Amino acid sequence: MQSKLGLDFKKVSHARGLAGKIALDVQSFVEKYSTVAVERTLCRLVGIDGVDDNMVPLPNILVDFIKDKGVLSEGILFFIGNAVLSENLTPQEIAVKVASGDLDITKIPVAPRVEIEKALKPIIDSSIRRIKERRERRENYLKSLGEGPRPYLYVIVATGNIYEDVIQAEAAARQGADIIAVIRTTGQSLLDYVPYGATTEGFGGTFATQENFRIMRSALDKTGEELGRYIRLCNYCSGLCMPEIAVMGAFEGLDVMLNDALYGILFRDINMQRTLVDQFFSRVINGFAGVIINTGEDNYLTTADAFDEAHTVLASDLINEQLALIAGLPQRQMGLGHAFEMDPELENGFIYELAQAQMTREIFPEAPLKYMPPTKFMTGNIFKGHIQDALFNMIGIWTGQGIQLLGMPTEAIHTPLMSDRYLSIENAKYIFNNMRKIGDEMEFREGGIARKRAAEVLDLSIELLERIDSEGLFSALEKGIFGNVKRPRNGGKGLGGVVEKGVNYMNPYVTLMMGGK
Amino acid sequence: MSSGLYSMQSKEFDKTLDMKNVKPYGDTMNDGKVQLSFTLPVPEGAEAIEAAKQLIRKMGLENPQIVFIKELTSGYTFFNCYGNCAHTVDFTSINVPKVESTIMDMHEADEYIKENIGRPIVVVGASTGTDAHTVGIDAIMNMKGYAGHYGLERYEMIEAYNLGSQVPNEEFIAKAVELKADALLVSQTVTQKDVHIQNMVELVELLEAEGLRDKMILVCGGPRISHELAKELGYDAGFGMSSYADDVASYVAQEFVKRMSNKNL
Repeated sequence: MQSKLGLDFKKVSHARGLAGKIALDVQSFVEKYSTVAVERTLCRLVGIDGVDDNMVPLPNILVDFIKDKGVLSEGILFFIGNAVLSENLTPQEIAVKVASGDLDITKIPVAPRVEIEKALKPIIDSSIRRIKERRERRENYLKSLGEGPRPYLYVIVATGNIYEDVIQAEAAARQGADIIAVIRTTGQSLLDYVPYGATTEGFGGTFATQENFRIMRSALDKTGEELGRYIRLCNYCSGLCMPEIAVMGAFEGLDVMLNDALYGILFRDINMQRTLVDQFFSRVINGFAGVIINTGEDNYLTTADAFDEAHTVLASDLINEQLALIAGLPQRQMGLGHAFEMDPELENGFIYELAQAQMTREIFPEAPLKYMPPTKFMTGNIFKGHIQDALFNMIGIWTGQGIQLLGMPTEAIHTPLMSDRYLSIENAKYIFNNMRKIGDEMEFREGGIARKRAAEVLDLSIELLERIDSEGLFSALEKGIFGNVKRPRNGGKGLGGVVEKGVNYMNPYVTLMMGGK
Repeated sequence: MSSGLYSMQSKEFDKTLDMKNVKPYGDTMNDGKVQLSFTLPVPEGAEAIEAAKQLIRKMGLENPQIVFIKELTSGYTFFNCYGNCAHTVDFTSINVPKVESTIMDMHEADEYIKENIGRPIVVVGASTGTDAHTVGIDAIMNMKGYAGHYGLERYEMIEAYNLGSQVPNEEFIAKAVELKADALLVSQTVTQKDVHIQNMVELVELLEAEGLRDKMILVCGGPRISHELAKELGYDAGFGMSSYADDVASYVAQEFVKRMSNKNL
């Protein structure tokens, strides 16, 4: 590909090589560990669902049970498989018995490993099949219905009530939205369990539950059929239940998932060891399920300056790309994040934003890049905000972004009203149509502002990657390299749920999902 | 030539600004011009326009004009409208109690604390009582802040502890003592049945019973909280809508300095 910015692709591949080393270093840690969330995910994969009388999810009961017995390190599948073998019960029946106190799965005589694996095989195969069928269902829809052109128009709904969300989502789809993201309720990322059932109360968003996923997916299928255009559904595979949300999404046909450990570490103070282990398995699942992941680099720029710290976004995108590749997630499913967040008062800010967006596009040509609208400098002046969003939309179409997260004029005031969403979609559609081929027509002048800017950001990110490579990602995070936020390796939420894998540990899903395409 | 038609002088319009009877200003004094937009859950059509006009009149606006309508989705119609407000307010009789402090940004506040206090201020915050919402306290305290205003965690000279939500008042106080808090931030988002009032009063009573009330700067905040209400309940300051970490940090730092100098007298 010919670079319109005169990017030095030798430098790009050097940067990519550094990011690859950083990611491998993280992976050498990740592989030795499991977490309560990973184990609960395995429960869900083998068909355990539902809650007890106190609304505690059965996967939590089971995993907490072996954790309390001090044998979490052996992994839940070992115990479930062993119990399936000796009790002749399904995993769900086993979970119910453990919940009622009628069965202690840690006290059953241990069968030979091959026997346990044999007992688990049909159960595991059926869940793999279930996810595969879901993926094929999407692929068929995309073939029969088709989809909107890129950049996909991505809007959020956030009423707190899943049924109200459906009304808002259907309206948005009819107005032209391609992706509906159901924002999660405040604080869900810090819950160490996934709530159960349809929910109608949330604050600033709606609980991510498997039932809510199902309700919204089926509504969007109907609307998509009516419109003759497949509507993607997005949720948030982040926080303390990262891989669990991934498997729920895989079962219910979600299409896009925010999935970024770095975001959780920096902005939710989630322990880095915990969430990097969780992230690996969640990306394996997302990769296999054909889900596009979104990464949260854009958020760095909400705390750090968007001009001065642009290189941290690129560096993180490169690391995220490598971490995703290790988990078997292909480039075409990587919605790597970046943003339009410079101070609107900055002279030539538009040119800098344009240069960075074009640079990101050229460095990740296969990825459906996720481009975030201005938020930091949205003031409540809805009229100016609408223009800021228009400038952002121009860059989106100009540089061929994959997923355009539509800015709302009422950003920083309230979660979008139905009319806010309409105005934003109208704004994007107008600009995308009116400027459709602008990128093909325009070139960047040699020695001009845009080329210089892109080269500078690339150089700075290489410097940063070299530093992270020599320190390791964990230590870099402790020093506050991203978003100016410092997080200790043993601090934050969820560290208690991390465990080193024991001798009996098993998780055949990783191999099956990564090889089983 | 008939008189009047070409004359630019004879047109009568109101130029009087009466501070006792203030009205919105469009392009002429006292024209009362108001611009508004809303969505009605009705299908687009002549009836929808009429419904919007009637509603606008009920809002106290005369001469309703519907300048744009659009059915957003089946059964929901969006309107852009204008009207002339019939009502006035007496500006001379308005009295709003305010937090008396100069607002500084993060860097200024850090500098101010360095110069005047010489050590970081310890701020402990929580959404207390049964309130499960962290959105308010997070907006003020979390690193990321809100709407471009960094949270207290990012301040170099503020040691910020965000205890999260549903923190019982007793636990809140215990933690404040343990951390040697200089200031306490109480966030209340849920205000149904005035549950926040009870809870906020309880905290003040507990602090007084423990003899701690005067040892800490006590601040509350939330969408339904005003400085006036805060003072009434026995708090030092209250922050309502559109308050950011800057406002809170500036107040706490300046109040701290004020109290320091009072002690030295």
